[in-house]
Amino acid sequence: MDSRRAPRTVIDPKVRQVGFFAPPDRSQSVPLLQNSNSPPSPPLSDLSPSGNSLSPVMIPPPRHLSDLSSRAVPVGFPPNRLLSPLHRFSGESVIPVGSYNPSEFASPSVGDFFEEKNAQSPGPRRSRGVGGSGKFASSLPAGGFELPPEVKPKSLTTVSVVSNLQPNVTEKVGEQSNESQDGRGANSKPLKEKTSKAERRALQEAQRAAKAAAKAEGNAGSGVANSVNTKAGKASKAPVQKKDNVSVAASEKRGGERMTDKDRKKDVPHPRMQFDDTSRVEKAKKRAVVKQTEVRNRVELFRHLPQYEHGTRLPDLEKKFFRLNSVHPAVYKVGLRYLAGDISGGNARCIAMLQAFQESIMEYSPPKEKALNRDLTAKLNSYVSFLIECRPLSISMGNAIKFVKSRIANLPLTLSESEAKTNLLSEINKFINEKIILADKVIVQHAVTKVRDGDVLLTYGSSSAVEMILLHAHELGKKFRVVIVDARPKLEGRLLLRRLLGKGISCTYVHLNGVSYIMSQVTRVFLGASSVLANGTVYSRVGTACVAMVANACGVPVIVCCEAYKFHERVQLDSICCNELGDPDAILKVQGREEINDLKDIANDENLQVLNLTYDATPSDYVSMIITDYGMIPPTSVPVIVREFRKDQILI
Amino acid sequence: MPDTHALVNDFLNQLKKRKIEGSKATAKLTAELLRSVISQQRIPHTNQAGALIQAIKAIGEQLIAANPVEVAVGNIVRRVLHIIREEDLSLTTASIGGLSLHPMSDDEDNVDPDDLSAAAVAAAARSTLRAPSLQTLLEGVPHSAPLHQSSSSAATDKNSRSRKLKHHVIETVNELIRDITTCHELIAEQAVEHIHHNEVILTLGSSGTVIEFLCAAKEKKRSFRVFVAEGAPRYQGHTLAKELVARGLQTTVITDSAVFAMISRVNMVIVGAHAVMANGGVIAPVGLNMVALAAQRHAVPFVVLAGIHKLCPLYPHNPQVLLNELKSPSELLDFGEFSDCMDFGIASASPLLHVVNPAFDYVPPKLVSLFITDTSSPCAKMQPKARYALDCKD
Repeated sequence: MDSRRAPRTVIDPKVRQVGFFAPPDRSQSVPLLQNSNSPPSPPLSDLSPSGNSLSPVMIPPPRHLSDLSSRAVPVGFPPNRLLSPLHRFSGESVIPVGSYNPSEFASPSVGDFFEEKNAQSPGPRRSRGVGGSGKFASSLPAGGFELPPEVKPKSLTTVSVVSNLQPNVTEKVGEQSNESQDGRGANSKPLKEKTSKAERRALQEAQRAAKAAAKAEGNAGSGVANSVNTKAGKASKAPVQKKDNVSVAASEKRGGERMTDKDRKKDVPHPRMQFDDTSRVEKAKKRAVVKQTEVRNRVELFRHLPQYEHGTRLPDLEKKFFRLNSVHPAVYKVGLRYLAGDISGGNARCIAMLQAFQESIMEYSPPKEKALNRDLTAKLNSYVSFLIECRPLSISMGNAIKFVKSRIANLPLTLSESEAKTNLLSEINKFINEKIILADKVIVQHAVTKVRDGDVLLTYGSSSAVEMILLHAHELGKKFRVVIVDARPKLEGRLLLRRLLGKGISCTYVHLNGVSYIMSQVTRVFLGASSVLANGTVYSRVGTACVAMVANACGVPVIVCCEAYKFHERVQLDSICCNELGDPDAILKVQGREEINDLKDIANDENLQVLNLTYDATPSDYVSMIITDYGMIPPTSVPVIVREFRKDQILI
Repeated sequence: MPDTHALVNDFLNQLKKRKIEGSKATAKLTAELLRSVISQQRIPHTNQAGALIQAIKAIGEQLIAANPVEVAVGNIVRRVLHIIREEDLSLTTASIGGLSLHPMSDDEDNVDPDDLSAAAVAAAARSTLRAPSLQTLLEGVPHSAPLHQSSSSAATDKNSRSRKLKHHVIETVNELIRDITTCHELIAEQAVEHIHHNEVILTLGSSGTVIEFLCAAKEKKRSFRVFVAEGAPRYQGHTLAKELVARGLQTTVITDSAVFAMISRVNMVIVGAHAVMANGGVIAPVGLNMVALAAQRHAVPFVVLAGIHKLCPLYPHNPQVLLNELKSPSELLDFGEFSDCMDFGIASASPLLHVVNPAFDYVPPKLVSLFITDTSSPCAKMQPKARYALDCKD
């Protein structure tokens, strides 16, 4: 994570601040804007007071000039755009490896997008979501395109928001001004090119003003029209960033580059958003599709992680199923299943997600004036942010999303829509088959060699890879016994126990606490993993570290089975910085033991906190060997795998 | 005698059926039982202490056999035997002092009966006061007592002495019972020395001692935070958490699996024990070995609270297995759900499913940083290595 972040902050230190979250910039930027940009200043000055609630983008004048000069050149030749991401990647070797970046920056754009979606009835939203027109309009030379999509939604909006017309008035004002600007831009193309920056800024201002007004009135129906503006505003961000590291000469390329870059960076909230940052959390909440109530009595140490009341969200979301148009039904379904806990386990979640993506891609057609790869990325980002709301992404999912996005970004523009789609679908299929299914088979082949007759194999929880290994070894006729260690509150081990007993494998069932007792009989420990991090740390279901530790203390080899696509170049030293919190109520009641109810009546006591961790980090020295699809490696070799084998996946 | 028999049998049954929860309760009941046995024991004119010792031993063996895992029983029996010897010796020395020139031997066979120097008495006292270690139990004492008795004192003394002995012994046993009852408070008194402000303490399962300890620190206005691992499959952690919350302590309940994740942010692990063995190893509720290992990994002090009745003079051999108990699998698995898997070897050669539910864990001495016990001696806080010191003191 750090390795990826560092270069970016070096490249564009300003941009990070520029972001939508830093209030200090505000005071500076407003005057700046007014001084430097004459054309849009009138609307701006009108709007800026009301736009106080959020900080506008700060764009220093010199940059603005350079941007203008670059703008003057006709923008956006398709071949350039196609090439540019590749160029960029090859230029900055740091980026491609860690390119789950897109989602790394909490993006206000998605935020606005979602917020609006939430607030408003779906009709107009849909058109906008699919359109995403403002974004493109700003980059495309033909300003004329810009107007129709923008006007259309607006009319729709007015229709849909008739009921709460009054609050919309302020917003309308903002809109109007935007419209007028857009109109101007459309009429005079060169002018538009020149002033695009300022204009976009103005749009943003307007949008903010509207939002602020809407917020002030506590109006749910705010800012529908703004979503377009938001996009336009968003578009302005990318060039600013680029300018810092790309020379003016290369500016022609920017058109294409910028879009993908922007899409990546801005559209998805940070997967590891720090939830103790109240301003961000507020934003995230506003845009959230899933209305979540926070758990009372949160644990101080874990304020940075989201924790919501379980079960309250599901019925609500189910109702929304037919109304929520921005998210594809397949994705929606998967999200709900994550939320309900139907799908769990890294591989299962990942496959379900990819299949949902496939389905949505199949039914997807890009809006007329959009390039497929850009619009699809945006779409994907909105899906991803929805999935994150349902349940934080696992690292495997993050890697898969990264893969899909890189494939979308690298689609040749010469492909027709259907070709591109089939290409993508087959790529995703290939990913599922090669990286997950085939990888598991290879892992099983490797691991089975480590099972001898008379072995006592210990496993913890229920890992799909380990289960396959055990079943395969059994099929091969090896005589062994399995110790299944299980822990509350999930008790996944019971399911595994049932399945193994069904196959006729002799099993011993033990609770995690009894693991020290049983460990003396065990000859091998097989563990699954959610991810393996670059320092060899195994990030896996909570309790894995305990099992590995006890095994290590008893001198029993610990073998971790993990597909290589789950490897990640992040490092982690403890289980607290990054984790996922489960439903605390699951701890308060003990399943099947009704007599244990001490905590039920004091559940709301402010002194009582309940912590249900989902993952923990096993230090690498407890791990004897990691079996991946690339073979059996020591934990110290993980970074090598990440470096050597991730490259091709991203770049090609 | 009949009612002692009934009492003993009743207690034996309870022990066998594991009806008595907790070593403190067991210890107390054992002491009370032995007290009534002593008070009802008819004492012959000669060899009073010997008779008492024999009676206690006979009963003690039964009790220990009834529940060999509950070492507190054995500890109390040994303590009572020790008390009898001690009282007898003090009476003897008193009578020696009184009769001054009366020739007597003490319990060591090889002591010259004519040597009445103070040194000899002191040596005798030392040997009698020796810890009830295996050696003392096996040799010497039972034989020495009759020897000592047969050769001592005039007949006139005997009645008063026997009454005196019994009386003294019962009094001391009463003291022992009082000690056991108040051991929590004595341990808790030391809480302030160990818990400072803003400390984060982790504990697993529940123990009366731990509750008292933490609450004592809380009462001294220390504000700290407690992580309670629930201690499956008995989930006593829930009880502990409830208790702590009721006393206004910041309490966080975590699963046992999250212990390793949380221990890096913990300042101290404080747990109760089932028994402390002579080598400093601890027989503790299941799961604590894992906690101790995690604590060691993160250099977190692992503190064990143990009343004096939990200190056992035995050295453990394979304690993980031999000093352990396997409890009912129903705590882990529903019989209903898995009844089809639990065929007990009727149809097939051997059942496929085993469910292991151990009650205790053995924590080796190297993982324990500190014992806190209730004696007021300097050994009250000790490193595991100093464990033997307590035995010596007994």
